[in-house]
Amino acid sequence: MAAVSLTVNGKPVSAESEDRTLLVYFLREQLGLTGTHVGCDTSQCGACVVHLDGRAVKSCSLFAAQAAGREVVTIEGLAGNGELHPVQEAFREFHGLQCGFCTPGMIMTAVDMIRRKPELDRATIRAELEGNICRCTGYQNIVSAIESAAKKMKGGAA
Amino acid sequence: MIPYSFRYHHASSLADAESRLRDAPEAKLLAGGQTLVAAMKMRLAQPSELIDISGLAQLSFIRTDSANLTIGAAVTHAEVAASEAVKKAIPALAALAETIGDPAVRNMGTLGGSLANNDPAADYPAAALALGATIRTQRRAISAEDFFTGMFSTALEDGEIVTEVAFPVPQAAGYAKFPNPASRYALAGVFVARTASGARVAATGAASCVFRIAEMEAALDRSFSADALSAIAVDAAELNADIHASAEYRAQLVTVMAKRAVAAAQ
Repeated sequence: MAAVSLTVNGKPVSAESEDRTLLVYFLREQLGLTGTHVGCDTSQCGACVVHLDGRAVKSCSLFAAQAAGREVVTIEGLAGNGELHPVQEAFREFHGLQCGFCTPGMIMTAVDMIRRKPELDRATIRAELEGNICRCTGYQNIVSAIESAAKKMKGGAA
Repeated sequence: MIPYSFRYHHASSLADAESRLRDAPEAKLLAGGQTLVAAMKMRLAQPSELIDISGLAQLSFIRTDSANLTIGAAVTHAEVAASEAVKKAIPALAALAETIGDPAVRNMGTLGGSLANNDPAADYPAAALALGATIRTQRRAISAEDFFTGMFSTALEDGEIVTEVAFPVPQAAGYAKFPNPASRYALAGVFVARTASGARVAATGAASCVFRIAEMEAALDRSFSADALSAIAVDAAELNADIHASAEYRAQLVTVMAKRAVAAAQ
């Protein structure tokens, strides 16, 4: 057991945890941030995607200790001042979800995707969603939401 | 899934990692962890300690000179894929990195980790072998030829740490792979390099370990074209057969991927 200290959604946090604690369980069980989901638990599905120092990672595939001293952003940290993040807003507008289980990971992946590639076409969006699985097969609207959000954010609406 | 208990140590330097490894023979190095963490969760691996070398500045650089592109062992796939220096020197290497796993995996997984793990279906070993790379550790330099010794095995000795990889810049190079539709691991992947001393061809995913294909190299030396490879097939008896593909199918894929790699070479 050791205290793991890091920044989560802009706030410093510290909690005792076993070295073998995966980041996703640290977030969900120690910090109560249950927006980050455990889907496959084998790094395939992307329901657990969070940002580590601004980059999308699968929180089921790294230990909380690896994030010590670093900055983690979860789905709970995206909205600010009562306003949804443009990607969240676009998922609502385009109904980019059915059951909603994959949505937090989809959105966190999309935010990183738009950061790296502001010029997104639909084929690129689909390729970039390689590591995120939606079992409702709702990809069509997810792609439309990301496409729209990327355009809006480029236009300075973000 | 919860792995067996272990101790986590964030290495403060390469020397620190080395001494921890010496003191704890059952310890393992952790770089991106995109294979190791999964293996630990399945309880297929049980290190006593993880020595995290991912943050070490000594292992995180990309450097070019007239002859070589040298990449630190802790550089992530995403960094290689996005690097202007890599795209300029060996565009096929940047393109290869962009096809490993998925974006989140590429943000964690590292070059050194991939080579040290030597998964039979990993992409980087094909590039290292075809480009004639040199893998450097804190002790010595190992040619790719000698580095990959078998399935998940390498020439690395106990306590040896990959620090950087030097890729000789080729005249042209290309990579093509046929991913398994579900796992996305290469059923067959072929890296082709045209160098001053001749063509080099290496295949991954098809057998228990990455291997060169001398007959294709000779054919490309005569004519560096996809057509030159049409009549050449690797011996299926040497290839993997499993639920994903028969050995004969993999043999066919190797030829097709080699032709695509030549066609894509730049």
